[in-house]
Amino acid sequence: MSNLSSSNNRKKLLLMGRSGSGKSSMRSIIFSNYSAFDTRRLGATIDVEHSHLRFLGNMTLNLWDCGGQDVFMENYFTKQKDHIFQMVQVLIHVFDVESQEVMKDIEIFMRSLKQLKKYSPNSKIFVLLHKMDLVQLDKRNELFEIMMNKLTETAKQYGFPNIVGFATSIWDESLYKAWSQIVCSLIPNMSIYQSNLIKFKNLLDAYEIILFEKTTFLVICSSNNKTGGDNGDNDNQSNVKELGSIKIDPKRFEKISNIMKNYKQSCTKLKSGFKTLILNDSIYVSEISSNMVCFIVLNNSKQPRQLILENIKKAKEFFQ
Amino acid sequence: MDASGYIENDSKAMVLLMGLRRCGKSSICKVVFHNMQPLDTLYLESTSSPSLEHFSTLIDLAVMELPGQLNYFEPSYDSERLFKSVGALVYVIDSQDEYMNAITNLAMIIDYAYKVNPNINIEVLIHKVDGLSEDFKVDAQRDIMQRTGEELLELGLDGVQVSFYLTSIFDHSIYEAFSRIVQKLIPEISYLENMLDNLIQHSKIEKAFLFDINSKIYVSTDSNPVDIQTYEVCAEFVDVTLDLFDLYKNRLGPGNNDEDGINKPIYQELKNVSELGNGVILYLRQMIRGLALVALSRPKNADVESCLTIADYNIDIFKKGLEDIWARSKIDNSQIKAIQNESVNR
Repeated sequence: MSNLSSSNNRKKLLLMGRSGSGKSSMRSIIFSNYSAFDTRRLGATIDVEHSHLRFLGNMTLNLWDCGGQDVFMENYFTKQKDHIFQMVQVLIHVFDVESQEVMKDIEIFMRSLKQLKKYSPNSKIFVLLHKMDLVQLDKRNELFEIMMNKLTETAKQYGFPNIVGFATSIWDESLYKAWSQIVCSLIPNMSIYQSNLIKFKNLLDAYEIILFEKTTFLVICSSNNKTGGDNGDNDNQSNVKELGSIKIDPKRFEKISNIMKNYKQSCTKLKSGFKTLILNDSIYVSEISSNMVCFIVLNNSKQPRQLILENIKKAKEFFQ
Repeated sequence: MDASGYIENDSKAMVLLMGLRRCGKSSICKVVFHNMQPLDTLYLESTSSPSLEHFSTLIDLAVMELPGQLNYFEPSYDSERLFKSVGALVYVIDSQDEYMNAITNLAMIIDYAYKVNPNINIEVLIHKVDGLSEDFKVDAQRDIMQRTGEELLELGLDGVQVSFYLTSIFDHSIYEAFSRIVQKLIPEISYLENMLDNLIQHSKIEKAFLFDINSKIYVSTDSNPVDIQTYEVCAEFVDVTLDLFDLYKNRLGPGNNDEDGINKPIYQELKNVSELGNGVILYLRQMIRGLALVALSRPKNADVESCLTIADYNIDIFKKGLEDIWARSKIDNSQIKAIQNESVNR
């Protein structure tokens, strides 16, 4: 997507949703290294909290975490509407699945869409059905379908036919998956990364390579699967079949994000970040540029370590 | 059910976990031996019958949890046999509760256990200290130690060695305490420590732990003092290794990458090397029987690659040493059993 404001690489992301739906919690987990427990400490967000995050070096994410209490909401739609809704690239609307006032939630969503249509009609809409862990396991899919149908229909009326939805929870990997895809949709030269990655994979005789952003450990892209843009578990499942009979966890990207983030956290106890990790001579985790980390799984553990590390070093220039 | 019915195999070192009801015994068991999330222990039911956890490291260990509400001095319990076979008695005191009753109870149990089995290690966990402030923790510990001492003095047991630990399931202190308790029960501990000392001296390693992979208890470490931070980092490194390995175990397992038939027996040994930004190297190698060696090294100016090669080589030797010790301890055990059988037959 390109419009005028994306050329200066500042992306404005609006984080909306009613009070207590979990906006600040997810922001803290993804961007401030909070653990899911730590979010209990968070209080209500007053008005709008801005955070500026450098992502992939040259891109800045301006995240507007909009406090969801009704008083503030009213303000956003009246006095502050041009301030809030101008130059928005992405609207992330968070719904609490356990909410008692679904109609009111949807009404707020509708009002945001209306303003967006007026001030930034090219923005992308993501809806997160949050706190999914509170719903019974067998009812989650059904609930997700019902809500998404309703929301898609609503969004269509306001001229946003392509909204993307995720079922999320801070207690599992779903949050990483959703945010990875949201952020990926903002990266302009994704296809270059993708094709370079596949070349690199063939060169190393690797089974797969995954690129992560360094600070947030959000997935940028992988050699087996486009993470940006596509959606849903179906893709992952068919992917598993393609890769042959060996079954590999379809949620592995998000799990790796989680594991590596924990590891990074524990490294801070030694007052340092991590540089490389080599597991069984066949999984290599290493920085590949100043803001990306690559996760390489080799087909063959007999390749000399020095060669692989040298190759990673050489590949750095292709992933700037 | 009769608790003593569980005891069949005397070669096992037994750890007895006791304490008043609701002091956190089951939570400790679940967190340490079953990897339960500490917060989930809120929903644990009260334990009604003795439960046994098997736990095999270099030696076989069994941890028996006795429900708090039982009275062990009823004649129906074969308490004598129970305490005789026990290597360590772990008594849990809830530091956030009135602990006077617990101390009286503890003194009574010590009195009995010590008479039956003078070799028993008595360990007291001052538990749930996560809720106490730093000052209060120390106060509570001093108070409990003093009162226990007085109680024991009254019973004429002033010579009994009692060790105290401040613990909580929400941090690593419970693992640390259990590590120390278990270490006292391993007869080969001094050899292990010597071997580790030798290893770190010759491989530029700063600190090495021998971990039990499942519980993250360390069975042994070198003789340098243990820094809790280092321990935490090493324990978390074990977690990271296992988690990542789990995700790709179908790829990394046996048979996949060994087309030329040089297949290592049963499973591939875990190995994980990680370099940090400040030059620290974390090193993990799987050893025998669910143990893993985790080492932290700071090569400073030396060449990282040659350091690793030397460490690899030395750790190979260390592993061989462990295997030897293990084989030997098996022989010892079977010999002891043979002798016992003989004496029974006579």
